[in-house]
Amino acid sequence: MPTVSVSAEISSLIEPILQRHAWRADRLVQILREVQEAVDFISDETAAHLAEALKIPYAQVHSTRDFYAFFYRENRGRYRVLFSDNITDRMAGNQALFEHMAKRLKLEPGKVSDDGLVSIDYCSCTGMCDQGPAILVNNRAITRMTLRRVDEICDLIRGQVPLDKWPAEFFRVDDNIRRADMLLGTPHEPGKAVRAAIARGRDGMLAEMKLSNLRGRGGAGFTTAVKWEACRNATAAPRYIVCNADEGEPGTFKDRVLLQSYAGRVFEGMVIAAYTVGASHGFLYLRGEYLYLLQPLEAYLAGMRAAGLLGRDIGGVAGFDFDIEIHLGAGAYVCGEETALIESLEGKAGRPRVRPPFPVTSGYMGKPTVVNNVETLCKVTEIALHGGTWYEAIGTKQSTGTKILSVAGDCARPGLYEYAFGVRIAQVLEDCGAQDAIAVQVSGASGVCLSEREFGRRIAFEDVPTAGSFMIFGKQRDLFEVARNFAHFFAHESCGFCTPCRVGTVLMKEIMDKIADGRGTQYEMNELLRLQQVLKPGSHCGLGQTAGNAVADTVQKFRPAYERRLAETDFVPAFDLDAALSRARELAGRDDAAAHLGEEA
Amino acid sequence: MNAPMNPRKLRVTTTSLSGCFGCHMSFLDIDERLLELAALVEFDRSPITDIKHCSQHCDLALVEGGVCNAENVHVLRELRANSKILVAFGACAVNGGLPAQRNHLDVGKCLSQVYRTPDGSATAIPDDPELPLLLDKVYPVNEVVRVDYFLPGCPPSADTIWKFLTDLLTGRTPRIEHPLLKFD
Repeated sequence: MPTVSVSAEISSLIEPILQRHAWRADRLVQILREVQEAVDFISDETAAHLAEALKIPYAQVHSTRDFYAFFYRENRGRYRVLFSDNITDRMAGNQALFEHMAKRLKLEPGKVSDDGLVSIDYCSCTGMCDQGPAILVNNRAITRMTLRRVDEICDLIRGQVPLDKWPAEFFRVDDNIRRADMLLGTPHEPGKAVRAAIARGRDGMLAEMKLSNLRGRGGAGFTTAVKWEACRNATAAPRYIVCNADEGEPGTFKDRVLLQSYAGRVFEGMVIAAYTVGASHGFLYLRGEYLYLLQPLEAYLAGMRAAGLLGRDIGGVAGFDFDIEIHLGAGAYVCGEETALIESLEGKAGRPRVRPPFPVTSGYMGKPTVVNNVETLCKVTEIALHGGTWYEAIGTKQSTGTKILSVAGDCARPGLYEYAFGVRIAQVLEDCGAQDAIAVQVSGASGVCLSEREFGRRIAFEDVPTAGSFMIFGKQRDLFEVARNFAHFFAHESCGFCTPCRVGTVLMKEIMDKIADGRGTQYEMNELLRLQQVLKPGSHCGLGQTAGNAVADTVQKFRPAYERRLAETDFVPAFDLDAALSRARELAGRDDAAAHLGEEA
Repeated sequence: MNAPMNPRKLRVTTTSLSGCFGCHMSFLDIDERLLELAALVEFDRSPITDIKHCSQHCDLALVEGGVCNAENVHVLRELRANSKILVAFGACAVNGGLPAQRNHLDVGKCLSQVYRTPDGSATAIPDDPELPLLLDKVYPVNEVVRVDYFLPGCPPSADTIWKFLTDLLTGRTPRIEHPLLKFD
C-alpha cells in the first residue's frame, strides 16, 4: 500500500466531499466520482488517503476504482475526451473524427498529452445513437460531431477554456420523439397519479398492477406485480425502491428521453411503488454518461419535495415517508444487471451477485428491494390513473401496454417510436424511413439479429422481446463488422467474475479479429460456435449468457460475410511467425535461412 | 464375420517442444498397459524411438510443450502435416505453461540477462545457426497449427492418458471427466 501523502491542496478538495457523504464507505462509488471531478484522477496516494479517511482497506478502494471505466488511476488530463464507439457511431463515421482529433492534438489513444492537458480514447455506447457521432468530455455528452466541431473542440481545449464556457449548442440533446402513444403523447399532471394510487389504497393498487399484467421494460420482462408483492411480503425493513437508469445496452436511449422530459412520471412511479410495497427510500441509478441530467433531476426532486410528493406523510397519508436519492454510475455496462447495480449502490465494484436470494428479499444492504426500469415506472403511473383492466386491453395477451423503441442506424428519422406491443418489424421500418434495411438488431448487442425474411415478426414477449434498442443496417453494411463491434464491446464490459465470460468474451473477440485480418479458416468458424455453447449456459449473469448472440446470429444468417474473409487453407496462425523471431534475430545478428520462418513447412 | 485377423496398427508420433518431458514420463507411467498399447499402435517419430523425422503418414500426434523457438515451429508443422489427429498434450501445449512465464518480459532483455559476462560488463548472445532462435513469446500449440484435441494437466495422469488413448483407439469421442480431468 502506498504511503498516505496527498498534497494539502488535494486533501482540502477531498475533505468537503467526504463530509458531504458523512465518511460513509458505502458511498465509495459516489465519493470516487466526485473526487475525480475535483482532482481529475484518483492516484494510489489519493486512494490510500480515502481508505484511511473511510476506515476501509486500501484494496477495497483500489478494486472499486479499477473496476469502473470512468475512474482513472493515472492522470488522463484535465480534458478527458471519450468517443462513443457503438456500431451506430461507427456507421456515422466516428473513426475518422477520432483520427482527426488525435492528429490535431498529436495524441495516441489512451495517452495523455505531454503537457498533461488532454487525452482521447474510445468508450462504449453513450446513448446518443439518434444524434451521433457522440463524445463525452469529462463525462459531459456532446452530440452531432463533425470534423468542424472536432476542430472547434481542439481549439477550446488548447485554449484551456473551461467546459462550462463551451457553446451550449454542443451539449444540446434532442428528444427526437417520432411516434408518441399513451406514454409519450399524454400530458402529465404532477401528483395526479400518486393521488390516484393513494385513493386505490395499497391493496387496491397492487390488485390493479396484477390486472394490468405489466411486465418489466428492461428486457427480461418479469411481471412487475409479482416483484412488488414479493417485496411487500418480505418481513425485513426498511424496504427500497430502485429505478434502474443504467441504460447501457448499445443502441438504447429511451430512458434518457424519459428522464429528460418525463421525469415526473418516473419519480411518481417510484412513489407509487414505495406506497404499494411500503418502502421508505428510493434510488435512481443514473448511468455516468447521463451526468448532464443530474442537475435538472435534482431540481425536479426538490420541486416534488416542495409540492409534498416526496418527504413526510406524502399525499396526507400519515406515516408514508419516502424520498429519492440519485446515484451515478461510472461507465460499467454490467451495472444494468440488477444485483450488480445494487453492489454499485453499496459503493462496491459492480459484480453480479448469486441469485437467489433475489433483491426482493435481500437487495440493497440485504433488505427487500424492488428494482424497476425507468419505462416500467412510467407505465405504473398510467395504471394508477386508468386501472389495470384498461391497461391490459392494450397490446397483446402476454405483452400489455405500449413499448418505446430507440430507433437508430440506417433510416431517415432516428428517434423514439412508441407502439402498442405486437407491432411488426416491417411497420417500424416503414415509419422511420428505412427502405433498404437488410438487418435489424433488436434489443441491443445482447439481443437478436433479424434478417429481411424475419421482418414480419412482432415486437412482443411472445415473439421478439426487447429492452428498446432497434438498430437498422442498410444494404451497404457489413454484418460481420457489426458482430465484431459487439464482440469487442462484451470483452470490454465483462466484469471478470466468472471464467466462461471473462475468457470466452476475449477469445471470441480475438477470433473475430483474426477473421477480420484474413487469417481465419473454417476452424475459427467452428470455434466461434463452440465458444457460444460454453458462454451461454456457463456464464454467471446475462452479460456472458448473451455475449455470443450477435455472433451466433450473424454466422447463421450472414455467413457469406464471414466466409469471404476466410483463408482457404487448413489453419493460419493469428500472428506473423517470422516477425515473432525478429527480436532474437536482431540480437543474435543472424540472417541465415534457419533464422526465418516461412508461411508453411 | 470376416473381421481382419491383423488390423493395421495405428501409427503414433510424439514430441516434446518447449516442455519438460513430464508428460512423456507420465505416458510411460501407464506401466504394464504399455504392452497392451504396443499390440495396437506403432511408434513413429518420437523420443521413445529416436526416429528423427516422420517416416510416413501417422494417425495420431501427441505434442507436449508450447512453441518457444523456430525449431519448435518446424517440428510442430511436420507433425501436423503428417498426422490425422493432433493432440495438445499437457498444460504447456494447451496454454504455454511454465515456459510462458517469460511472456511478461521482453525476449531481448531475457537473452542479454542470460548471456552476460560474469562481471556484467558485456553480453555475448550466440549467433550459431545450429541454435534455434527464440520467438518473442511462448505460444500454445493451437495458435500455430490446428489442434483436434486438448488434454490438459501438468502432467495429465497416466490414467487420463490411458482413458484418452483407449477412447481414440476404439473409436469413441474422447471424454475426460472428473476425477481424471485436471488442469494442474
